[in-house]
Amino acid sequence: MSTVAIDKAGPTRKIKYRSMSRDRTWALRWSYFFLVLFAIFSLTPPIYMLITSLKSSAEISAATNPWWVFHPTLSNYAELLTSNQFLRFFWNSAWISIIVVTITMLISVPAAFALARMKFWGSATLATGVFLTYLIPDTLLFIPLFKMFALFGDWTGIQLINRWYVLLFIYPTLTVPFCTWIMIGYFASIPKELDEAAIIDGASWFQTLTRIFIPVALPGLIAATIFAFTVSWAQYLYPLVFTTSTDQLVLPVGITTTLIKGDVFNWGQIMTGALLGAAPPLIIYAFLMDYYIAGLTAGATKG
Amino acid sequence: MVDVTLQPNRVGTTHAARRRNGLRNALGRKSTVAFLMALPLIILIGVLVVYPAFYALHLATLNKSMSKFVGFGNFEFLFKREIFWMVVRQSCLFAISAVIFKALIGFIVAHFVHNVPAKKQRKWRGMLLVPWVIPPAMSTLAWLWLFDPSYSAFNYTLGLFGIGPISWLGEIGWARFSVILVNVWYGAPFFMIMYLAALKSVPEQLYEAAAIDGANWWQRIWYVTLPMMRNIIAITTLFSLIVTFANFDITRILTNGGPLDHTHLFATWAFRVGIESSDIPLGASVSLFMFPILAIAAVFILRDISKRGNEA
Repeated sequence: MSTVAIDKAGPTRKIKYRSMSRDRTWALRWSYFFLVLFAIFSLTPPIYMLITSLKSSAEISAATNPWWVFHPTLSNYAELLTSNQFLRFFWNSAWISIIVVTITMLISVPAAFALARMKFWGSATLATGVFLTYLIPDTLLFIPLFKMFALFGDWTGIQLINRWYVLLFIYPTLTVPFCTWIMIGYFASIPKELDEAAIIDGASWFQTLTRIFIPVALPGLIAATIFAFTVSWAQYLYPLVFTTSTDQLVLPVGITTTLIKGDVFNWGQIMTGALLGAAPPLIIYAFLMDYYIAGLTAGATKG
Repeated sequence: MVDVTLQPNRVGTTHAARRRNGLRNALGRKSTVAFLMALPLIILIGVLVVYPAFYALHLATLNKSMSKFVGFGNFEFLFKREIFWMVVRQSCLFAISAVIFKALIGFIVAHFVHNVPAKKQRKWRGMLLVPWVIPPAMSTLAWLWLFDPSYSAFNYTLGLFGIGPISWLGEIGWARFSVILVNVWYGAPFFMIMYLAALKSVPEQLYEAAAIDGANWWQRIWYVTLPMMRNIIAITTLFSLIVTFANFDITRILTNGGPLDHTHLFATWAFRVGIESSDIPLGASVSLFMFPILAIAAVFILRDISKRGNEA
């Protein structure tokens, strides 16, 4: 009885195996087909930005194939990169992002260390609160914040509205909660033995943080830094609300408000500006993709 | 740990010395140090997040010149206006349909990427995540240009197939479709990455067991993948729902609420009313309508966190 069963099992299993492998190759082909479709969908806007940025205004308004550049020119790039106004936007954005990243790290790393390792009264509540603050969108806060800073200017005489540095106070509300949250996750995953050993050796809490935690959690730190940078670089609503003079604008707002003059859209320059504005995050992403993705998934998987 | 090492010192010191060291001890105590380290965070959240959130509630009860308390006057005014209900409908339509499509596309694409040999996955993942990396204000400009009625690429391409020029941003239906499309384009990669991370964490043995039991691919997804990914799907969807509901950049740049205010969301309309027409209390009242969705999300997330805390 049992030998029969084995004989029977032999061939059927073989056939099934072959059909499964054929299934797999077909599944693979379909996967590639749809992936190509989705890749086209994802990459159309950035590629179209590049195509348009290489065209002259005459070619853009001519009724030629918009998907191809017949007379490539770098004049749009030359014009924007020599325009003081555009460079001003770029520098404003760069300075704000770099300073905000520094502020964010100085606030969130010690706080994350304190919340992950050194319990104090209310620390668990605070950790949850940090995550909840991250969920409060900027679109809920911009009106009261605007009014607060306006009143602050009236009371103290220090005018912050329409100065680029007002954004240094506001951007951390977007970056600090999330960076603290993912750093708590990274710090909590460090084995307790490490810091216990350091403290037995006579290290202070500060030394434990700088000599042990920061080096060990460096990937998390890089992920948090990238997040803080991309968020402050891409922020659009707050600068639109808080700054209006052209010399105080950051890149996204500068491009949408100064390059679009009334109903005249100089698409070559707008696309060039948009591409240059998208370049820093894209370059960071190209080189540090794994950290970028780690930061992205950390929010939900580590919490 | 520190408290233990401090014990011998304390025993040896006299009362006077102990009092002198009182402050230093307090400063050296673990919880005090921890509190001081977290203090900048507490101040930041308190002053620039929690206070403005309550200040918005206060602002919403004032009249336009902010000199008089009007109670629910602003809300009564809003409820009587047709445009407000249009904004409510459009916000819900926008957020719900965009999130559904983002979740579906993200789920499908994550499966395809997961099917591809491991070595090539990195490349595909890298390409498909590009929409999420580009600042939305910048990529929306590219979409605005793609949608351009006269010179643009879409209408040119459709023209090749003999389909007449579509006024993408000029007609109500198409304008609504366009803002949702751009939002799906921007947000689907986030879902894809989250689902991919979740797919990788499903043990291979479960699929083998299912295959041995004769499950087809649909049953494998329904009985193995989905239950294993339930948490991530819930969290990602909830998170995306909040972000989409509060979306500003895309609608602002693409249609600026037009045609005839039919694509306004809470955020863009609050901006129009509160900042551009400088009726700050009314703008604050409008933006407060984003609060219910936040509260629901907060309840779910808190429940999730406390559940995890119990398991640990």
